Amino acid sequence: MSKNVASIEDVVEVRESSPLQRILGNQAFWITLAIVIISIVMTILSDAFLTSNNLFNVTRNLSFIGIMALGMTPVIITAGIDLSVGSVMGLSGVILGLVLGAGQPMWVGITIGLGTALFVGGVNGFLIAYVRLNPFVVTLGMLSLARSQAIVFSQNKMIFDFGPEARRFLDLGGGALELGQFARIPNPLIAMVILAVIFWFLLNYTPWGQYVYAVGGNEEAARLTGVPVRWIKMSVYMLSALMAGIAAVLMVGWLGAVTNALGTGDELRVIAATVIGGANLLGGAGTAYGAVIGAVLIEVIRNALILAGVSAFWNGTFVGLFIILAVFLERLRNYRRA
Amino acid sequence: MSSDSAADASIESSSKTATPLLRIEGVSKRFGTIEALQDVSFDIYPGEVVALLGDNGAGKSTLIKIISGTLEADSGQIYYNGEPVVIKSPSEAKALGIETVYQDLSLCLNVDVVANFFMGRELTHNVLGFKVLQEREMEAETEQVLGEIGTEIPSIRTNVEHLSGGQRQAIELSRFVHWGGKLVLLDEPFAALGVKQTRRGLELIERVKERGIAVVVITHNMIHAFQVADRVVVLRNGRVLGIRPAQATNPEEVVRLITGEIARQSA
Repeated sequence: MSKNVASIEDVVEVRESSPLQRILGNQAFWITLAIVIISIVMTILSDAFLTSNNLFNVTRNLSFIGIMALGMTPVIITAGIDLSVGSVMGLSGVILGLVLGAGQPMWVGITIGLGTALFVGGVNGFLIAYVRLNPFVVTLGMLSLARSQAIVFSQNKMIFDFGPEARRFLDLGGGALELGQFARIPNPLIAMVILAVIFWFLLNYTPWGQYVYAVGGNEEAARLTGVPVRWIKMSVYMLSALMAGIAAVLMVGWLGAVTNALGTGDELRVIAATVIGGANLLGGAGTAYGAVIGAVLIEVIRNALILAGVSAFWNGTFVGLFIILAVFLERLRNYRRA
Repeated sequence: MSSDSAADASIESSSKTATPLLRIEGVSKRFGTIEALQDVSFDIYPGEVVALLGDNGAGKSTLIKIISGTLEADSGQIYYNGEPVVIKSPSEAKALGIETVYQDLSLCLNVDVVANFFMGRELTHNVLGFKVLQEREMEAETEQVLGEIGTEIPSIRTNVEHLSGGQRQAIELSRFVHWGGKLVLLDEPFAALGVKQTRRGLELIERVKERGIAVVVITHNMIHAFQVADRVVVLRNGRVLGIRPAQATNPEEVVRLITGEIARQSA
C-alpha cells in the first residue's frame, strides 16, 4: 500500500515553533491581553476602577470561581466534565454551617465540610472511572442530587450561627492580609494563588499531571503504557469536588451565612472560566494559569459593565461572547496547524 | 503440513539458534463462515526480520492481531521461548515483550517526546512525600536512546502532534527497544511515509534487529520486504503458502505465490 507519497510535513518542514509563535498561539496570552486592555479602558472611563476598594472586591469575587476553575481544569483535560461543582459547594457549605452551628470547633467543621465534598467527588469519580458511566450524565445527576440534599439538610433555612469560633471562621473567608492603608489582599485571593501554584506544579512536574494530559490525549495509549487510567479519572473528580468544598468554606465565611442556594449556577461560570482560559472540552489541553485568567476575565467584565453604567442584564451577553470567541480562537489555531 | 519444503527452509535459515522466540503452531481463526486463518505455523527467531506477505484478505492482519493479543485464536498453540503461552490481551503481550507499533496509536500527541518515552515509567524523586518528575534525567536518557536507535528529532520537548509519521514511529520503536521489547509487529509501517522517511524506517528496522529483537513486518511492497527481511512468509486465503529465506527467493516468485500462480509448495 505504500505508494511513496511524500507527507505534507516533509514538504513544508514546519514542525518547530519559535517561542514567539508559541506565545501567540496561546489562548491564555490573548485573554490576559484582553484583560489588560479592558482595565486600561476602564481606568480612563471610570475613576472608581483603579481604586484599592474596587480591586479588593474584584479580586475577592473572582477567587471563588477561580478556585473551582482550578479544580475543573484536570477534569476537562481528561476530556471529562463536572456539572456538580455548584451543588457540591452548596451541600458542603450547608454541612459546614450545621456542624459549626452545633458548637463544634472550626477544624472539625471544615474537615467535615471538605470531607463531604470529597465523598461526593469520589462517588462521581467511581461511577465515571470504574462503572464507565458518562461524566456529563453522572455529574448532571449529582448536580440535582447534591442540591436536593443541601435543601434536606438545611431544612430550607438560612444558617448564620457558626458556634464558638464564629469570628475566626468568618475572618477566614471575609478577612484580608493588611499591608498598609492601600494594600489589602483578600484571603480568598491568597488561597486561590496558593492553589494555582500547587495545580501548576502538579500538572507540570508530577507523574500525576503527566497522566492527566495523557488520558485526555490518548486514553488507549495511556492504558497500554501502564498509566493507571481509572485512578487518574477518579482522582480528578475528587479534586474538583474538593476545590468546590474549599470555595464553600471561604464563601460562607465571607457571606456570613449559608443558604441552600449557595453556588447555584456556578458550574457554568466555572466551566466558562476554564474554557476561556484555553482548556479544550475534547480533552488534552488546559492549564492552571488559564483557569485563573478565565475567572479574572469574567469578573472584570462584570465589574467593568457596572462601572460603565451598563445594565447588569448585559453581563451574560459579554461573557457568552468571550466563550464563543475562545472556541473560535482555538478553531483558528487548529485550522492553521492542520 | 508437517514436513513441507517451506518448513524445511525455515529450519535451515535459523540453525544458528535452538529455540525460536515465538513459535506459532496450527493456528486457525474463523469469522462466521469465513476462515481467516487455517492451520498457520511458523517460527520467529531473535534478531530476525520476517516479512509477512500476501494479498488483501490473506489473513496477515488477523495473524498479527492474534500474536499481539487483540484477537484470540480458535485453535492452535503459541510458544514463547519454548513455553506454551496464551495471549489474551495487548497488555499480556506487552508483558511478554511483544508489541505492535502503529504510527501513533500508542503515543499521546498532546504531550512531548520525553513524556511519551517515559509514559508509565517516569523517573521521579520524593519531595515531601510527593513524586516529582526528574525532567533533566529523563531528557538526557531520551536524547541518548533516540540517538542510538532512533532518528533525529528537532526537539524532544516538542509535542508529538508536531512530528511526522516517521518520527512518531521512530519514537515508538526506540521506546519499545529501550524498555526491553523482544518482538515487534509492524503493520504496514511505510504506508503514508515519504521516500526519505521510508528509507530511514528501513534503517531503523536494521538497527532494531542488530539489538537481537525479532521483527515481523507486514508490507505490500516487495522492494521493502526484500530490503529488510531475512525470511518471507507468504499467506494466501488464510494458509501459509511458503516460507523462504529472502536470499533463496526473489520478488517474482513471491508475487506468483501471492497471486496463486504457484500452488501450494508442499512437494
